[in-house]
Amino acid sequence: MMTRKKRRLYMLGLAMLGLGTATALTLSAFEENVAYFFSPSDLAAKPPGDKRIRVGGLVQDGSVTRPDDVTTNFTITDGAQSVAVTFSGALPDLFREGQGVLAEGRMRPDGVFQAAEILAKHDENYMPKEVVDALKKAGEFRPEPPGKPVYGGAGS
Amino acid sequence: MHRFANPARFLRLAAVILPWTTGAALILFGVGLYLALFASPPDYQQGDTVRIMYVHVPAAWMSMFTYSSMAVAAACALVWRHPLAEVYARAAAPIGAGFTLLCLVTGSLWGEPMWGTWWVWDARLTSVLILFFLYLGYMALANAFDDPVRGNRAGCILLLAGAVNVPIIKFSVDWWNTLHQPASVLRMGGPTIHGDMLWPLLIMALAFQTYFMAVVILRMRAELADRKIQTLRMARAASGSA
Repeated sequence: MMTRKKRRLYMLGLAMLGLGTATALTLSAFEENVAYFFSPSDLAAKPPGDKRIRVGGLVQDGSVTRPDDVTTNFTITDGAQSVAVTFSGALPDLFREGQGVLAEGRMRPDGVFQAAEILAKHDENYMPKEVVDALKKAGEFRPEPPGKPVYGGAGS
Repeated sequence: MHRFANPARFLRLAAVILPWTTGAALILFGVGLYLALFASPPDYQQGDTVRIMYVHVPAAWMSMFTYSSMAVAAACALVWRHPLAEVYARAAAPIGAGFTLLCLVTGSLWGEPMWGTWWVWDARLTSVLILFFLYLGYMALANAFDDPVRGNRAGCILLLAGAVNVPIIKFSVDWWNTLHQPASVLRMGGPTIHGDMLWPLLIMALAFQTYFMAVVILRMRAELADRKIQTLRMARAASGSA
């Protein structure tokens, strides 16, 4: 014989379990759509065609060139794959070599990513400048590329 | 737990705790804000903009803590008919909504100079916005019925249904690619935030927590007084018409 309290508790537990499962299934089915950006590995594994997408990674060291006053060319890398990006416009303050970046735009037929917007991606590290200088001197400063490949390419 | 179900016992306990939480909140905010705004070092990349984090992160933690505690209270109210659980949920809701709004606004103010945008629809930002709407929805629903018993019950069901959003907020940055950075403090492998910045952050988090406790006790007292007045009014109306 179950008391009313116990019955209510079981009903609540079952309802929460059902709701949790439904949410988990829905979210995993839409994983591609929930991801805010793709990695260069994803672009290599599954070319996006003419779709407007976002690609994220690290700005490759030494890759930034400025052919004229408004245009910036650079390479986004995730360590395994990289993609050449060209952008005309103002860059966010945190845009710099070796740091995370997100580019939104389209892949051109010549394989260069034409970005319409650039966002800086900040990582989870918070440090005073002296600590970073010491790490750099010791060769221990190695920012990780942000995110992970959505299509399970290299690195996963 | 039913030891504290008695409102009279709660009121006696609250009277003891309230001065301590109020005093602790004042001292912790004083120390925490001084450390956060003046004594802590600027970040190597963000410079002084990092100081927004000392308000943003505790507000975000409290927005999730408050909602989780309200969901537990909702379960206690629905299953065990605990009389104080509904009072707690009603009292905590506007404070939690305030924390969530503070988190969204400070995040936006940080995002514009750092990311280059006020807002994006990534998994973290979107799920926190949903949390804000859940708070508003609960407050609207709990007050939408003439019969407060039905209103509270409907509100509790909404709180429990919305509880699935809390783990989504916490793990959104690990499950999906987001513009928002991953966790820096509560993560596997220890904090990635330097000690000189971590301490002010933890003191600010305690300040937010003690502030919450003080305000929720005040609001619960007001809610209980309000209920008492309602009961007395009804008793007078009943005796007047008899």
